[in-house]
Amino acid sequence: MNKITRRQALGTTAGALTVLGLTAAATSASAASASAATTPSAAGTVDEVYQGRRIQITPGGGGHHGGHHSPGLPTVRIDGRELHVMRNADGSWISVVNHYETYPDPASLARAAVRELQGATLAPFAPMGGAA
Amino acid sequence: MTVRKNQAALTPEEKRAFTAALLELKRNGSYDRFVTTHNGFIMGDTDSGDRVGHRSPSFLPWHRRFLLEFEAALQKVDPAVSLPYWDWTTDRTARSSLWAADFLGGTGRARDGQVLEGPFSYAAGKWNINVRVDGRAYLRRALGTGVAELPTKAEVDAVLSMPVYDMAPWNSASNGFRNHLEGWRGANLHNRVHVWVGGQMATGVSPNDPVFWMHHAFVDKLWAEWQARNPKSTYLPAAGTPNVVDLGDTMRPWNDVTPADMLDHRKFYTFDTEPPAASQR
Ligand SMILES: [Cu+2]
Ligand SMILES: [Cu+2]
Repeated sequence: MNKITRRQALGTTAGALTVLGLTAAATSASAASASAATTPSAAGTVDEVYQGRRIQITPGGGGHHGGHHSPGLPTVRIDGRELHVMRNADGSWISVVNHYETYPDPASLARAAVRELQGATLAPFAPMGGAA
Repeated sequence: MTVRKNQAALTPEEKRAFTAALLELKRNGSYDRFVTTHNGFIMGDTDSGDRVGHRSPSFLPWHRRFLLEFEAALQKVDPAVSLPYWDWTTDRTARSSLWAADFLGGTGRARDGQVLEGPFSYAAGKWNINVRVDGRAYLRRALGTGVAELPTKAEVDAVLSMPVYDMAPWNSASNGFRNHLEGWRGANLHNRVHVWVGGQMATGVSPNDPVFWMHHAFVDKLWAEWQARNPKSTYLPAAGTPNVVDLGDTMRPWNDVTPADMLDHRKFYTFDTEPPAASQR
């Protein structure tokens, strides 16, 4: 109830989310995380700028995703590069850059990855075993 | 016979020999192959599909075998070297001698997490991060940032007193000793230590940080201590479990070793302090 009211007050258009993300980038990581915590609109789709990085999340069903995971995983991109993500049995999420800590949803997982990257670019998505 | 020692008890000469062997494996290319293997399993092991290295009963025997292979590689460089273990219930701060410039070097600087001291700093020129998930080629850490406290002795004791090795559904949702030690459930032991160290240790390419081996050598020792405390308990499941390595099944990537082969560490090495009950057997 409170959340809905707050979200309505902030507005839910992509433009509003982007502005929110850019503003948040100037603040500390945890504060930014809190203020950017907007519920994605259509069925898990996210397109926002967080701490200066573009986060795009497309719900599962489409996409290849390395070919070794069960279908249905979302595709998560940071500045256009795919982030390897995985869903735990309890419904929480991990990524290859935060592999030992769980997050409640792909959006908070992606934001944690942005903080961890400190501006660095994701390496090309490497299926199991990598290139070596 | 190899004796694995507490890292806090190593002499300066033992520290020099260990770091020199690590640098040589890095130089000759062997080291990075271990990182690649580990990341392959990290990305491939899933709760609902095939799982071997992580989030499954074989987490412990898989890492025991993985460390044995790594230790053998070190010993090809220097036969006197063995894997030290890091007892993070005792050496629990960034001021531990583990993180001194004559051993692993300390935490990273705030700006980019870069480790600036010790043999594994980027500036020293011998420790490029090649198998990586992002563009950064330098070793990073953020000791105590991702989580404030390492697990305590009391938290470890509570997990060691769990009598059942593992339980269905044999994954990150399981109750029992293995998953509590791995850390997906409960007080969180092994996973939390990865997060406490931060940097590459918090990622799928965690073996890029040499502390990976000392952390897992201690997790391995805790398995031995659990066996000593629970002599009637054994590895589970016994047979016929889809997607999961049963006691007598072979484990990838070696395909010639089973959890049953890994149960008794004393076939391969001993610890400087063996668990009391085990040494009586
Ligand atoms: Cu591992
Ligand atoms: Cu680990």
